[in-house]
Amino acid sequence: MEANTRSTGRLPSAFLTPGSSSFMDFLGEHSPELLPGNRPLPPVQGAIEAPHGTTIVAVSFPGGVVLAGDRRATMGNVIAQRDIEKVFPADEYSAVGIAGTAGIAVEMVKLFQLELEHFEKVEGTVLSLEGKANRLSTMIRGNLGMAMQGLAVVPLFAGWDVDREKGRIFSYDVTGGRSEERGFAATGSGSMFARGALKKLYRQDLTEEQAATAVLQALYDAADDDSATGGPDLARRIYPIITSITEDGFKRFGEDEVSELARAIHERRLEEPDGPRAALL
Amino acid sequence: MTTPFYVSPQQAMADRAEYARKGIARGRSVVVLQYADGIVFVAENPSRALHKVSEIYDRIAFAAVGKYNEFENLRIGGVRYADLRGYTYDREDVTARGLANVYAQTLGTIFSSAAEKPYEVELIVAEVGEGPEDDQIYRLPHDGSIVDEHGSVAVGGNADQISTYLDQRHRDGMTLAEALKLAVDSLSRDNNGGERSLTAEQLEVAVLDRNRPQKRKFKRVLGGQLSRLLESGEGAADSEASSDGDGAEESTSESED
Repeated sequence: MEANTRSTGRLPSAFLTPGSSSFMDFLGEHSPELLPGNRPLPPVQGAIEAPHGTTIVAVSFPGGVVLAGDRRATMGNVIAQRDIEKVFPADEYSAVGIAGTAGIAVEMVKLFQLELEHFEKVEGTVLSLEGKANRLSTMIRGNLGMAMQGLAVVPLFAGWDVDREKGRIFSYDVTGGRSEERGFAATGSGSMFARGALKKLYRQDLTEEQAATAVLQALYDAADDDSATGGPDLARRIYPIITSITEDGFKRFGEDEVSELARAIHERRLEEPDGPRAALL
Repeated sequence: MTTPFYVSPQQAMADRAEYARKGIARGRSVVVLQYADGIVFVAENPSRALHKVSEIYDRIAFAAVGKYNEFENLRIGGVRYADLRGYTYDREDVTARGLANVYAQTLGTIFSSAAEKPYEVELIVAEVGEGPEDDQIYRLPHDGSIVDEHGSVAVGGNADQISTYLDQRHRDGMTLAEALKLAVDSLSRDNNGGERSLTAEQLEVAVLDRNRPQKRKFKRVLGGQLSRLLESGEGAADSEASSDGDGAEESTSESED
């Protein structure tokens, strides 16, 4: 764990061995017990009760991509946390939103962020967006044992592709399979409803603010029909987290901006509870 | 078989030190200076790919002179150490002091181990604090000692002379342009007293900027930004020269380019 585990206090040879630029590979060699996937699992009967995070949505627009998530964590039928944060910057040009077992997901994000930063520092250059998406794949695959015991983590990864100059969205399944999504994507328990909403709201020429409104509408619809997804909590001033990644990098919308959008949507929904109506033909 | 000659331990260590020092002295120098908003690293390095100055962690950077493969190895070891420590505990628990200690132990063990050749490197580990008084700069010579430095420090071929030059002229609260100008002036002096002119292409410059909004404070100063800073530093020195007699020497030396 610590570098100073030997009497001389010098860096152990694993630290000075040239080779991998991956922090996960280094961990696997030097302290494998710190890798989330390497822990032996005790046999358990049935599912383990632990807080689960729910719905994440992403929408791309011509200048980038918006990634957002609600704030609820549930444990069975109980709301475990009202203000959990499930959307994180992965590095300067990408973000990751997580649905699934909160504890494992947060640890996975922490390691993923470090993996990207470590590569950047060691190599002096950043990974391609595909490369980052593949690293995340590997990490989810490492969690398969846990996933089979009900502790799955299913993230959504979005970023600005510096080479292709466009925002891209990647979705995953529990086995680490990844697929690139066109336009919009959703994951988590409310994702069916969110995806349905986005299907009707998405257009290719959205502005950043319109994309943010679209994800908020989608989360509103998800919260409407899925008990594990939290809608905007106007009384407690807890609003979904909205982030955007553009050419200028990662940005998290300020609470004022989100509250303004959320209140506007809420006002309209008082008139029309089911939200905006799409044309029939 | 002949009996090997007896070599006294003093002599053996002196030889090893001599060997390391000679290796280090062959390379160009790196200077590190505190300025008002942080710490600036300036190296004479025509390569854009092989760095002498690098980021280690949020507030910590690394500069080195000597043999590239040896200090590159130590740099990667340092990044691994810092990232592992930050992952195990918290990002705040990664300190330059801790890293400098590990480097000192590593260099010291290698230096005194008869089985290994001593590393021909000299390192600087610096951490930028909330204010200038919290900044930390450690110099790590080849033999595993640690020197706690303040204000300015130079390592490499011409270090003694450059250090003296910097000590006389460095003051607290310099702007980045002023500090950069002083650093470049110090690097462009030959050991026989002559002057060379260094252009932006020959310099590797990076800062630990305490006012940077990101948590990672390390930033390379490149291309246009570097040229502009070098020019504005010269402008400042020229205007200073009229009021300050000491500056006259610098302004005349700069007029050639």
